[in-house]
Amino acid sequence: MSVLPFIDIGLSILVVTVAASTIFMQELFAAVVSYVAYGLLLAFVWIRLYAPDVALTEAAIGSGVTGVLLITAGKRLVPLSRTTTEAEPTLTLRVFAGTFAALVACALGAAILVLPDEPPSLAPEAAVAASGAGAGLGNPITAVLISYRSFDTMLEKIVLILAVVAVWSIGTDGAWGNAPAQLRQARPHPEMVFLAQVLVPIGTLIGIHIFWVGADAPGGAFQGGALLAAMWMMAMMAHLTEPPRIDVRWLRLALVAGPAVFLIVGLAGVFMAGSFFAYPPSLAKPIILFIETFMVLSIAAALPMLVAGPPNERPVP
Amino acid sequence: MTFLVDLFRIVAIVVGTFFFVAGTVGLLRFPDSLTRLHALAKADNIGLGLVVLGLLPLTENVLAAFKVILIWALVLVSGGSTAQLIGRALRSGRR
Repeated sequence: MSVLPFIDIGLSILVVTVAASTIFMQELFAAVVSYVAYGLLLAFVWIRLYAPDVALTEAAIGSGVTGVLLITAGKRLVPLSRTTTEAEPTLTLRVFAGTFAALVACALGAAILVLPDEPPSLAPEAAVAASGAGAGLGNPITAVLISYRSFDTMLEKIVLILAVVAVWSIGTDGAWGNAPAQLRQARPHPEMVFLAQVLVPIGTLIGIHIFWVGADAPGGAFQGGALLAAMWMMAMMAHLTEPPRIDVRWLRLALVAGPAVFLIVGLAGVFMAGSFFAYPPSLAKPIILFIETFMVLSIAAALPMLVAGPPNERPVP
Repeated sequence: MTFLVDLFRIVAIVVGTFFFVAGTVGLLRFPDSLTRLHALAKADNIGLGLVVLGLLPLTENVLAAFKVILIWALVLVSGGSTAQLIGRALRSGRR
């Protein structure tokens, strides 16, 4: 009698409970903390589904970076809610919002109910692609991400850049080009400085390591990049470094490097291997690692910029 | 010899789990945030340390053993520092 089914059932109950508590939590900060816990539990669920790559991403992005993003957003909402006098939504608006939400829920439920019993799967094709073009890589997930569904992977990074552009655009016209406000306004506590000084070098090393082993083991560009992003955020929180001005050349180059290199290599594939985003099999591994290096750079630059927010009105002296 | 190693592993992991349970009980039962923080930080660090000790004989090579110890060290540093930060925030009465 194995104990694992009981762990699975317990985990499922816990995930649903924490998800519900996230929704029903009254206080914003408590809801965010609950959401972070939900993300970590979800990472365990992915591990139980034998998907350590997804688990790593969920823990780093879904729980870690999104958590920081939400906490920062919540902090910015506090002064806003004090200054504006909120008008109660009218009854019509409430009824409309409620009906709309119910409709969306029904549509989602119906979509799940009408799913064919044998779900359409791209897994066999992906497996073929992974053993074909990505044969040099020990980790089939990375092979599928960069080789089989390369276009999707590239577009994901472009979405990230668009998000950064959107965040920057929220700032006023006069602020354009300035640096975002510091992640913590007050002088950082000595514990924070100590933590950043100890953790940032080690975390950077681990981030690069996770990216590098991603070719042959669970890990990869997104997971490694997210760790590097977290380390940069930590250094900024401890005031070890300032957020850069948003018009500096190196930041913009870092942001577009991933998708740009991906596109160039993809176009080169037309001439070298006969089709867009095709790699010559003998060179697949070095090419994939080359693309991923720039992907890591873009992710490590984009995520902290999302958290740092729009450029500040007053330029940092 | 293997019996002794197995015994050591079982004892270390069981005692480690006990510290986790004790920390959780403290988190639920202690009256205020500072004492709860104390229970959590102490118990989890020792608990994880003992579980790591118990897992060490299972590691395949020195590098894997080093990684497991590194995980414990990272938790020690970050756990200890964040406990200090939360404690400071509590004393200055911001939350």
